[in-house]
Parts: sequence; structure tokens; C-alpha cells
Amino acid sequence: MSVLLNQTSKIIIQGMGSAGSREAEISIEYGTKIVAGVTPGKGGTEKSGIPICNTVKEAIDQFEGNTSLIFVPAPFCKDAIIEAILSGIKLIICITEGVPVLDMMTVKQVLENYPDTVLIGPNCPGILSPGEKARAGIMPVDVYMPGNIGVISRSGTLVYETVDQLTRLGIGQSTSVGVGGDPIIGTSQKEALKLFEADQETAGIVLIGEIGGNTEQEAAEFIKLMSKPVISFIAGTTAPPGRRMGHAGAIISGASGTAEAKQDALKSAGAHVVASPSDIGITVQNVLKELGLI
Amino acid sequence: MKLHEYQAKEILSHNNVKVPRGHTIFNISDIDKIKSQLQFPVVVKAQVHSGARGKAGGVKVTHSFDETIDYANSLLGQKLVTHQTGDKGLPINSLLIEEAIDIDKEYYIALTIDGSLSRPVFISSPEGGMDIEAVAEQNPQAILKTSINPSIGIMSFQVREIGAHLNLEDELLTQLQSILTGLYDAFVKNDASLIEINPLVATKDKQLSAADTKFSIDDSSSFRQENIFNIRDKTQEDDLELEAESNGIQNYIKLEGNIGCLVNGAGLAMATMDAIKFSGGEPANFLDIGTANNPESVVAALKIIGSDPDVKAIFINIFGGLARTDIIAEGFVQAKKNGLINQSTVIRLAGTNVEDGKKILIESGIEYKLADGFAEGASLAVKASKN
Repeated sequence: MSVLLNQTSKIIIQGMGSAGSREAEISIEYGTKIVAGVTPGKGGTEKSGIPICNTVKEAIDQFEGNTSLIFVPAPFCKDAIIEAILSGIKLIICITEGVPVLDMMTVKQVLENYPDTVLIGPNCPGILSPGEKARAGIMPVDVYMPGNIGVISRSGTLVYETVDQLTRLGIGQSTSVGVGGDPIIGTSQKEALKLFEADQETAGIVLIGEIGGNTEQEAAEFIKLMSKPVISFIAGTTAPPGRRMGHAGAIISGASGTAEAKQDALKSAGAHVVASPSDIGITVQNVLKELGLI
Repeated sequence: MKLHEYQAKEILSHNNVKVPRGHTIFNISDIDKIKSQLQFPVVVKAQVHSGARGKAGGVKVTHSFDETIDYANSLLGQKLVTHQTGDKGLPINSLLIEEAIDIDKEYYIALTIDGSLSRPVFISSPEGGMDIEAVAEQNPQAILKTSINPSIGIMSFQVREIGAHLNLEDELLTQLQSILTGLYDAFVKNDASLIEINPLVATKDKQLSAADTKFSIDDSSSFRQENIFNIRDKTQEDDLELEAESNGIQNYIKLEGNIGCLVNGAGLAMATMDAIKFSGGEPANFLDIGTANNPESVVAALKIIGSDPDVKAIFINIFGGLARTDIIAEGFVQAKKNGLINQSTVIRLAGTNVEDGKKILIESGIEYKLADGFAEGASLAVKASKN
């Protein structure tokens, strides 16, 4: 089983440029239902065997799309996300990097009026549920195997790294959710944890955080209430303060932004904190063994 | 992107935030103008992208024109080393010369984005002139956070709340209203990520004035903030970082160690630095190659890493998603064949097109060490850096 994404997901892709169409092809080959693309002005044409619509509304009306995956360039993302929200899409995943923070602030204001709509990202790798063969994102499919571990990460490549370490140890995944590396994102780590806690098929969760902000501390508050084990790694232990480490959100400014503060909060909430990034898989295995789950 | 104090003050004064009367000079020959424009004493302030300029000798009150020229001469063209700049310091290419103001009280005001609330938040403290981090640690109740609903902006009741927190005299509230409104307007119009006024000074003649300010702009807004990005001062930035940027590599940061890193993805790049430290080494840089959809950007990145005299070994750690490992491998082969890197190199490839990538490496006949996983790669790179 899975969270957010499954076999009933009918995905439309906003922004069928080279990245959008290439990733669509990979998802279709994997077994995911990509029903339409949206590129204004190209309605009625086809790309990568996928019918193209002018608007999200058309893609819903004509092809029953219920999930949107967004690749449009950053200057147009605010418009694309809000189009998806107002057209009635309930799950929106924005891959695009470099969306201005003030644009995301506007998007979040709109979302306040649509409590049933879930936005993942921006600046994220997307969602993949291996047991459902459902992929809305850009992650390599070969590293996944179906199973019962949920993966949540601010970083895309650390999703792949974590999933790879798990799969190599024979530990499968229910769903991986890349929540995104920006200061304002649609779904926080805490909200993603809630989804996995409620998912019957998920036995444990890996939470990959990084320096900057205090969202891991907020996640820790929820971990205290959780029944399932959480294994966590925080990237950036060795990052210098005051420098933006790639992700707009990854900058140590203030005491709560350091890796140490996050690790301490997670530890005291009962999470298993991994110090070295290469020990994530093995730690999950040990925790699952201790709990008699494998 | 950071602005200089004089640039920030220009924007603020256009938005009804009062700043001390001043003049910016870029050459010593410009200084004559202050004679007619300013009254002594004046404050001479070195314009560099760093805080703690005063402690480093970059700020001084001068009482006569001659004293001002002497001090200005001693600063212009020199480098200012503060505890934030590192040993190399930053070049002083301009000076802001302002009339000294008669300080009665000092306050702290900042506006930034609270990611958890997805809203702008004013941060205020009656302990002006202090490092806000230190205040947060030692006296957290001195800090008030006031979040703003972006659809309505700052309300008068919030101005009164902030005023009360600052223990501001009632007669200054109207000025505070115009400062906070102006700050908010400047923030939104310019895609700011932080505007800090520290200190905001109440003068003895009952004026609120922004004595010092920091202003940073959201880098993602460059496509619509051309005017602001045009006044960016690249002399305040690292040469290798600028070269990386001109080659389309947005995320290169020079660090102190000797292992050059080329990684895709910010999270993996940070984790790679962590893994190197765990193996007993020190990273020479943070580099997120991003999507890397052509070998040229990989070659450019390797050229920058290879030309860094501190780099003794290179670790290429790629987990391809959107980024393709075959393109990375191709870039590495080209960089090596063109003699751009001569340090011993450890490569770890996984993810998209990994078989193609490994084939390119093998067929190139070039010498490198292939690592199976992350930990192995880091420890091989650390070993290579110590040879």
C-alpha cells in the first residue's frame, strides 16, 4: 500500500518540455497512468504518445486527471499551481526549482481555502509508491522495491540514496515523498509523517532532514505521539553557518537551524538518529529487527 | 543576493523610512562634496558585505574634514577583515559618510519570511544594536514576532503592539507606522528575504532613524528584479564561486579542506561533505551540479575544482535522477583528456543510466577509482587526499 499516490492516480503533466516528457515516458513504462499533458497553445497535439491540452480543466474534463505533476519553469509556477488548485486537482506535485518565495507565499494563501488539496514541493523529486507502480516525479525507478518503509526527505538525491540503501538490504518501501528544499513548501515533514502514521501498510518511516529552518523540530513534536518507529538523518552537520547550501532553505541562521539542534529534538522525541549518511539503511534494519518487524 | 548598506538605505528612504543624511563615495576625489552636504561630526562606514564592521576598524566618527579624508584614505582600496569574512577579508570600494545622529534609544526591527507560517514576520526587540542571535539565546522574551497576513499587510494594531513591546513613546508611533509600512512595501516590491534595521535609533529630537541596515534579496527572483540584480557588487564575492556561476553552476561554495566534491543535489552534496568528515577528511567545496544536462557544465565544474590549489583529491558522487550519470562520466572524461584535473579522483555513480556511465569510464582508459557506495567513496577520497 501507499500514501498519496496509487493505481487510481491519473496524472496530468503541466509543462511537457524535455524534462516533463522524458519523465512522463519513464513513468508510463513503469506502469503509471499519465493521462494528459498541459501546454498552453499546444492543445489537440500529442507528445511522447500523451495527448496535450491547453488547460488543466480540459485535462480533467477529457481525461479524468486527478493528480498534477508540474515541470513548468519557475517564473510561471505560481500560475500553474494555482490553476491546478482552482481546477479541482486534489494532489499537486511541483518539481520545479527556483520558485520565488513570495510566489509560494501567495500559493499557500490560496491553499488555505482548499483544505482537501495537497501540494508537494516545489523543488522536490516527487512521490513514488513501488507496490502501486505509481511514479509522479523524477526518481530512478530501479532502486525501489515494494515494502513497508515510508521515506520522507527535503532533498531529492537523498531520497534515492536512502531507498537504494534500503533495497540493497532487502527492505522495501511503501512510498517515498520528497517534500522539497525551499523555505515555503506545500506539505511539511510533519504533515507527511501524519500520512504515513495513518497508513496501515507502513511499518516505519525514514525522515531525511537538513540544516536550516525548524521544520524538523516541528516534526519531532509529532514523532512524540507516533506509534511507528522513525529513523532520521540530518544533512549538513559540517556545513558552515550563514552560507546557503544549494537549497534555498538550507542555511544555518540561528540556533534552531543547526544539525545538532535538529538531532537533539528528534532524539528526545524518540527517533533513531543516524550520524553518518551511509548508515541509514543499516540503522533501519537494526531497528526493525529489534522491534521484531523483520 | 546581499545589498550594501548604502544601497539598502536608498531603497528604504524611497519607501518612507528615514535614514541619516549621508553621501556615498567611491573615490577619494568625491569627498569634497560632503563639505557642502553634511555637517560634522560624521560617521564613516566601510561598505563591505559583512557585519561587525565597527569592531574590525571599518566604522569611525570623525569631527573635521581633514580627519575624514585621512580616515577615508586609510580605508578605500584596502580590505576589511571581520570575524565574518575569513582571513582574506573583503575589498572596501566605497564608503558611506553620514551625519552623526544624537542617539537617545536603540531598537531592533527586522522583516523576514517564516517558512512554517508561510508568512512575512516582523521581529522586534528593545535591545537594539545587539546581535539578535545573542539576544534570542540570552533574553528570548525581549524578542517579539509579529506575523503579517499578506492579503492585508501590516495593521495599525500590530504597529501599536510592536511599539508597546519596544516601550516606544506614544509620539513616535506615527513614525513607527510609516517605517513598518515602508519596510513591508520595500520587502514585497523587491523580493527581499531579509531586511534588518539594527539599530533603529530614536534621536533626542524625537526622530526614528534607520542607523544601520542589512538587506538580502531572494536569489530566485532575479528574472523579475533586474534593477536590483544590476546593482549587485561582485567584488564582495568569491572568484571561484563567480566563475562557477558564470558557467551555469549556481551552487558552488568554497570551503577550507582539500577534497574537491562534485555532487548532484544539495542534500546529497551536504551529506557527502558530512561523510568525508566522518572518514577523517575535509571537503574543499560544496558543489551541486544540479540536473547537469550537458557534459560542458560538468567539465566547467571540474575545471573549477581542479584549478583550486587546495584540492588534493576529487570525489564525484552522483545519484542520477533528472541528472544522467552518462553525461557526468562524459564530462569527467573530457575534463581529464583536456588536462583540467590532475588530482586523483574517486567516482561513485548510481541511478539514471548508470550502466552507460560506467561503460564510458571503462572505455576511456583513464585512471580513477570507482567506489561502490557512498561510504566507500568518501573513505577512498580521504585516503587519496593524504597521499
